[in-house]
Amino acid sequence: MALAKLKIDTTEARLADVVVPQGAAWGNAARADAMARVRQMGLPTKRDEYWKYTDPASLTAAESPEAALFVNDEGPLFENVDRVKIVFVDGFFDADASDDLSAEGVEIERLSDAMATDIHWAKDLYGVLETRGQTPVERPLAALNTALATDGVVIRVTGKAAKPINFIYLHNDTSSDAILHNLVKVEAGAEVTLLETGPAAARFSKQLEVEVADNGTFHHVRAQGRDHERRAVTHCFARIAANSTFKSFTLTFNGVLTRNECVLEIVGDDAVAHVAGVCVGDGRDFHHDDTVFITHDALNGESRQVFKKVLRNGATGVFQGKILVKAGAQKTDGYQISQSLLLDEDSQFLAKPELEIYADDVACSHGSTSGAIDETALFYLRSRGVSHDDARNLLTLSFLAEALDEIDDEGLAEELRDRLEGWLSRHS
Amino acid sequence: MTALDETQVKEGVDQDTVDAVKELSGAYKYGWETEIEMEYAPKGVNTDIVKLISSKNKEPQWMTDWRLSAFERWEKIEEPTWAMVNYPDIDFQDIYYYARPKSMEEKPKSLDDVDPKLLATYAKLGIPLKEQAILAGVEGAEDMPAEGRKVAVDAVFDSVSVGTTFQAELKKAGVIFCSISEAIENHPELVKKYLGTVVPPSDNFYATLNSAVFSDGSFVYIPPGVRCPMELSTYFRINAENTGQFERTLIIADKGSYVSYLEGCTAPKRDVAQLHAAVVEIIIEEDAEVKYSTVQNWYPGDEDGNGGIYNFVTKRADCRGDRSKVMWTQVETGSAVTWKYPSCILRGDDSQGEFYSIAIANNMQQADTGTKMVHLGKNTKSRIVSKGISAGKAQNTYRGLVSMHPKAKASRNYTQCDSLLIGDKCGAHTVPYIEVKNNSSRVEHEATTSKVDDDQLFYCRSRGMDEEEAVALVVNGFCKEVLQALPMEFAMEAQALVAISLEGSVG
Repeated sequence: MALAKLKIDTTEARLADVVVPQGAAWGNAARADAMARVRQMGLPTKRDEYWKYTDPASLTAAESPEAALFVNDEGPLFENVDRVKIVFVDGFFDADASDDLSAEGVEIERLSDAMATDIHWAKDLYGVLETRGQTPVERPLAALNTALATDGVVIRVTGKAAKPINFIYLHNDTSSDAILHNLVKVEAGAEVTLLETGPAAARFSKQLEVEVADNGTFHHVRAQGRDHERRAVTHCFARIAANSTFKSFTLTFNGVLTRNECVLEIVGDDAVAHVAGVCVGDGRDFHHDDTVFITHDALNGESRQVFKKVLRNGATGVFQGKILVKAGAQKTDGYQISQSLLLDEDSQFLAKPELEIYADDVACSHGSTSGAIDETALFYLRSRGVSHDDARNLLTLSFLAEALDEIDDEGLAEELRDRLEGWLSRHS
Repeated sequence: MTALDETQVKEGVDQDTVDAVKELSGAYKYGWETEIEMEYAPKGVNTDIVKLISSKNKEPQWMTDWRLSAFERWEKIEEPTWAMVNYPDIDFQDIYYYARPKSMEEKPKSLDDVDPKLLATYAKLGIPLKEQAILAGVEGAEDMPAEGRKVAVDAVFDSVSVGTTFQAELKKAGVIFCSISEAIENHPELVKKYLGTVVPPSDNFYATLNSAVFSDGSFVYIPPGVRCPMELSTYFRINAENTGQFERTLIIADKGSYVSYLEGCTAPKRDVAQLHAAVVEIIIEEDAEVKYSTVQNWYPGDEDGNGGIYNFVTKRADCRGDRSKVMWTQVETGSAVTWKYPSCILRGDDSQGEFYSIAIANNMQQADTGTKMVHLGKNTKSRIVSKGISAGKAQNTYRGLVSMHPKAKASRNYTQCDSLLIGDKCGAHTVPYIEVKNNSSRVEHEATTSKVDDDQLFYCRSRGMDEEEAVALVVNGFCKEVLQALPMEFAMEAQALVAISLEGSVG
């Protein structure tokens, strides 16, 4: 079908002055293919069903809107965690600020180096999962990222990684428009934890493609910073093989616009995929969108989606989640919950929790609720002498607990919980 | 090869059961045809056809103009494709838009004058057009009190209403129950005031088409404070080949009134699919209540997906007054393709909307159905209970919207949608939209998909039931919530329907 005029105009305006980065070897071809996908699909507009609740205009504009730099008064996250730090400043790898990239159980290279190597495992992953993820729903911004990514790292996990890898994003330029693309390949039986922290850029497009082989384990904990004026669109594509585990958790504070898309495909039997998220937003200009698509294409798979949003002063939270169980994916156990706590009259929650099931011997459930804080519980706490604000914060934290519990590492969970408490006390 | 031939037989299901199922599947009771002389408008749709339909109904100019402007709009819009259904392109110029039994050329003065062939048709369907106690063939009806038994019927045959029973008795109560063509003639002020105010001609592709070419349908007006003395019902029968049925129903419940309305529909078996695009509008004023129940049993096509009715229907209730209430109950077993979302606009404060649905899709059927609950008024409440059952190669989708507008303070929604899959070739899908724009409202949505519970089946089997009986029982339990909401007349029929459609689907 021919693309609508608005879509063509949007796409042409965005692509008018772009220069596709050129490297050697296979990179150029992968980028050219991705650019062809972008032109074929056209960039999203607010008329697209998949963007019904989030206006992509500022993500597709030719110029990135400016964003003030953020002064962090709390100090960086995970300072006490022994980790491999990989630092990106406004979307570019900073070797000096980063740790030595050699660590036990992992091989880390810069994307540009991998692309320049003729025979490289990354060739079979870069843009490959993204392409698979374009059906049944098109994700043109992901293809755009594949075409234009200016930097990134590729990580091959060969055994049990000695320590977590931490991508640290720094934002130094008020008009930076960063496009990063990272790959993680977890080999059979290997295990790794990936952390992502820090404000990244005025506008940030980030893609992560993850391949988890049989018996592999991938843990992912991400905190999207308190830099309120930024815009971000992130994509995580993962293919999950037999007996392997994929767990991802995202905490989002603030942000004018955040769209986190997570596209998981369970292709091996007995695999586990969990995605969870907490977002807290304050103000009419806060807009946060979690879009999740989990495909079960193997026996006995387990998936969980747990998303909680706390919204106040006219903030908007969006959840679009889908479980697709393909024919033959028997004994699938799919669970999805999306809940919002609206702390005042003006905030809104827009949800589309979908199921699409083609196998008869499965259990899939989804739930979605929205409402105010429980007045009875609040009254009880007040009657016990707890101040109104403390009582409200306590109830808010307990509302968020189910999602935070999705983080396996108690230390990491505790640190994020502290940050949440800090946010709640500042936004009373 | 039938769909069930390809069904992988699961452990524990014996071959005899599967064979029995094959025999039963596709047994559609209402697939016969009435041999009757018809007159048709020429095939296709254009302004002349629209004018012709209008003149056949002896409509005033404003009505003709209304149709023409809808037609003008329809020509410019495209058929929607968002529903999870697939069917070959419809050639809108290859359909008869008007088909009327020759004997209906002059409207019969009373039921006694109606062509006996038509009366026999309805009698055979179990809907005798006599002012007798109740619909024939309803078990258990003899035990009911005499008062509750009466059901007035408007019978629509292809493009025209052939008769309406109990009109005199209803008139005594002030209730107007007649075909919409009669209403346009005799009560133009009411039609003009309400028609198109709930589903405007611009609403959607099929509603726009309907606005241009609707040929007949039912009209109900319940005056203030009146509790309709009997249940009202319309029975739609498509008989003629290659025709589309476009009926329009308009129900107005004035302040403090109450009515329960039933709707049934069937069609003959044919190899070629037929289009049915209806619009139902309900207006509910202050303190009034309307119960609208449907048993939709259009011909579903054969097991290979040949023929059947494309049922593209727009139904909407507007709870205009404070404390008004509407309840939609539907049992959907027929149609090759269904596209239907009976909705509630909860405009009045404290108004209530309820939607209870069982959709059963077997063989190659596709159903995309659900509801919209639009909360505009304060303290409004809605409840959605939807049960979808898929068997054979069928696809069954629940699609719904719950929207809490900023001013709909302290409102409440509860949604439960369950899907059941029988066999591994079918699909069950859930597409809810939830939009909450204030915090004093509470919205809860839950959905599950499961297969028939093994433990429950085992229990039934251990009590000596055969597998099919056991499945029918478990499924009935699953659907009980919805069936209980049906009026008595349909509750019996609906339980039987559930058993029929699921017979042989064990897989």
